[in-house]
Amino acid sequence: MADTLVPAGEDAAVKEKHLRHHFATAEQQMDAATLGMWTFLITEVLFFGGMFASYAVYRNIYLDAFASTSQYMNVVLGGTNTAVLICSSLTMALAVRAAQLSNRKHLTLFLILTMIFGTVFLVIKGFEYHSKWVEGLVPGIHWSGYLEHPEFAHHAQILFSLYFYMTGMHALHMVVGLGLLSYLLIQARRNIFKATYFAPVEMIGLYWHFVDIVWIFLFPLLYLIGHRR
Amino acid sequence: MATLVQRSPEVEAEEVNYLNVEHGWKSWLLTTDHKRIAVLYLISITLMFFVGGLMAVLFRINLLEPEGLFSAETYNRLFSMHGIVMVFFFLVPSIPATLANFLIPIMVGAKDLAFPRVNLLSWYIYIAGAALTLYAVARGGVDTGWTFYAPYSSTYSNSYVLAAAFGVFTAGFSSILTGLNFIVTVHKMRAPGMTWSRLPLFVWSNYATGLIQVLGTPVLAITLLLLAFERIAHVGIFDPNIGGDPILFQHLFWFYSHPAVYIMILPGMGVISEIVSCFSRKRVFGYNFVAFSSMAIAVLSFVVWGHHMFLTGESMYTGLAFSILSFMVAVPSAIKVFNWTATMYKGSVSFDTPMLYAFGFIGLFTIGGLTGLHLATLGTDIATHGTYFVVAHFHYVMVGGMVMAFMGGLHFWWPKITGRMYPEAWSKFAALIVFIGFNLTFFPQFILGYLGMPRRYHAYPPEFQALNVLSTAGASILGIGYVIPMVYFIWSLRAGPKAGPNPWGAAGLEWQIQSPPTTFNFDETPVVTEEAYNYGPLEEIVG
Repeated sequence: MADTLVPAGEDAAVKEKHLRHHFATAEQQMDAATLGMWTFLITEVLFFGGMFASYAVYRNIYLDAFASTSQYMNVVLGGTNTAVLICSSLTMALAVRAAQLSNRKHLTLFLILTMIFGTVFLVIKGFEYHSKWVEGLVPGIHWSGYLEHPEFAHHAQILFSLYFYMTGMHALHMVVGLGLLSYLLIQARRNIFKATYFAPVEMIGLYWHFVDIVWIFLFPLLYLIGHRR
Repeated sequence: MATLVQRSPEVEAEEVNYLNVEHGWKSWLLTTDHKRIAVLYLISITLMFFVGGLMAVLFRINLLEPEGLFSAETYNRLFSMHGIVMVFFFLVPSIPATLANFLIPIMVGAKDLAFPRVNLLSWYIYIAGAALTLYAVARGGVDTGWTFYAPYSSTYSNSYVLAAAFGVFTAGFSSILTGLNFIVTVHKMRAPGMTWSRLPLFVWSNYATGLIQVLGTPVLAITLLLLAFERIAHVGIFDPNIGGDPILFQHLFWFYSHPAVYIMILPGMGVISEIVSCFSRKRVFGYNFVAFSSMAIAVLSFVVWGHHMFLTGESMYTGLAFSILSFMVAVPSAIKVFNWTATMYKGSVSFDTPMLYAFGFIGLFTIGGLTGLHLATLGTDIATHGTYFVVAHFHYVMVGGMVMAFMGGLHFWWPKITGRMYPEAWSKFAALIVFIGFNLTFFPQFILGYLGMPRRYHAYPPEFQALNVLSTAGASILGIGYVIPMVYFIWSLRAGPKAGPNPWGAAGLEWQIQSPPTTFNFDETPVVTEEAYNYGPLEEIVG
């Protein structure tokens, strides 16, 4: 893109400054970072994959119990959170674009918005966890065993175990993501990112989108099982 | 005055290299140089090897007497911790984290791995995992076997499962980061002219290993985490009380742990390709087949895990499919063995120490591989799965294969890593001792398994005693075979003769730079113009 306002000489200087000793060119460094991040995200897919596989197995065996128990999930809060995360993905994408255009003001703004959306998600998630605790729906630790359909009392615990494992692991990734975004924000305030150097913003952006996509799968699989026609 | 200033010619001749460029513990613990990190790993995994080995010594002593010398409980913990330490803290990082860490950037013509700081991080993660596991050992260990099967490790656990499982969980991330670094380095850091078809086969095999590490290890991580949650909350998805299925744990565990045995053998195959080619003075026969067989192994390794579960509630048809697939994964391994043999055919074979280990590898790996086919066969597996036959098969591949390759590679590249030669006569003697000790240890176990001695018991019927005594005797010889190289390697650091850049007359970029290399390996980025293994006849033979 020709949007850069930086003169060519300074351009090269910025590239030079961020080029680590073992790379030949800035392009090679960027390529390596991108491939490295995608490879890391593949490991994340496999990490969550273990839980999704377990989910698939048990949902297949105990479909009725899962469908019946799914009504205890709060679809409104879950749906709100889905919308919040999609918005955060948008602002993250805009932040990457702002970095590519050397627009520091917009970069800061969109990073802050992304962090706000992320925090809102976690707060709503916290309320959900709290109500599950109050209702005694935490298997093993606080399980009241009271369900509308007592015949599913055993298998419901499997769904709730999976619910806490999967959303908990997702929330943990959100917390890590917020930490990474804070780091970006500090760097952005120092005016580090330019059209010639924005790799960290793009890489952390990839991570953030990945975490969002995980939720896009979690929401229907956990909240909407009973809503089949 | 003059004598004070004057330095001996030897000191003056000392070149700057990665070992002497900086001094002090800080320069080691904060290094991002892949070669120094490889050395850190080498020291750490050697330590873990001797910890795991000590346990093997102890339970081999137990098995001298049919009624066992220790309690069943102690025996269970000894063999479990032996497996955990050896698999996750020695075999998995053995060649990738040491030799490949040192060599891959040099072999592809780069200054370092793609992510040097990540490389250092992986070592610290490894150390954290090892510390957790050693803590579990110190507190008495676990008695679940190295596989952590639920519900031994969850509902009925009575030992330090959490510490050990978190140790393995943690070490898994060091393995992932190593694999990730290799993949990116091979894709993005190759020197001009270093095309994929010019890569040394050692790089190919470690690239394939990296793929397995990156794809398999996260599944082990989440499995152990689910197990830990279950242990903490006393309910979870493997708990039969609420309809959970412990067999699901086995599926998830073996989804990683079967590919993991290829993490433990593929890098060894790469080492053997390098050694066989160098000491036969020939290009590896069928380079493309050997390279792609590594990739085929990486792919097929992910679809054979069910052969560990023929006896644990798998349907007949699942068993059939996994059996056929397991036969298929033997094909690429066989291709490699045939091609190494064909490489030696009409080559100028010399019998230096690395080559002795390579001979050992090819023979023992072949035995290990062929007995694997017995175990992939549904009918035979039912009779042999619970016996010492499996123990012998596994150790023929892992110790007869991977440890042989590790020792061979260590001898081959020792002059490059340290700049010094080891004593030739002692090293040949040690290689022979290892070979004899190994076979004496594990061949009797094939017979024991065939006769029906079950594995994982501290006691056995008296008629098996003779073979067990043989096995224990072999283990002591094998132990000596591992201690001798320890001694002469350390000796060679100070007193070994200078190796020079290329003591073997070997091809490959790593032999064209000084020994030990400088921090950035190359003064200027090399341009590669020829295929790998471009060997001519030895100069001393020609004239």
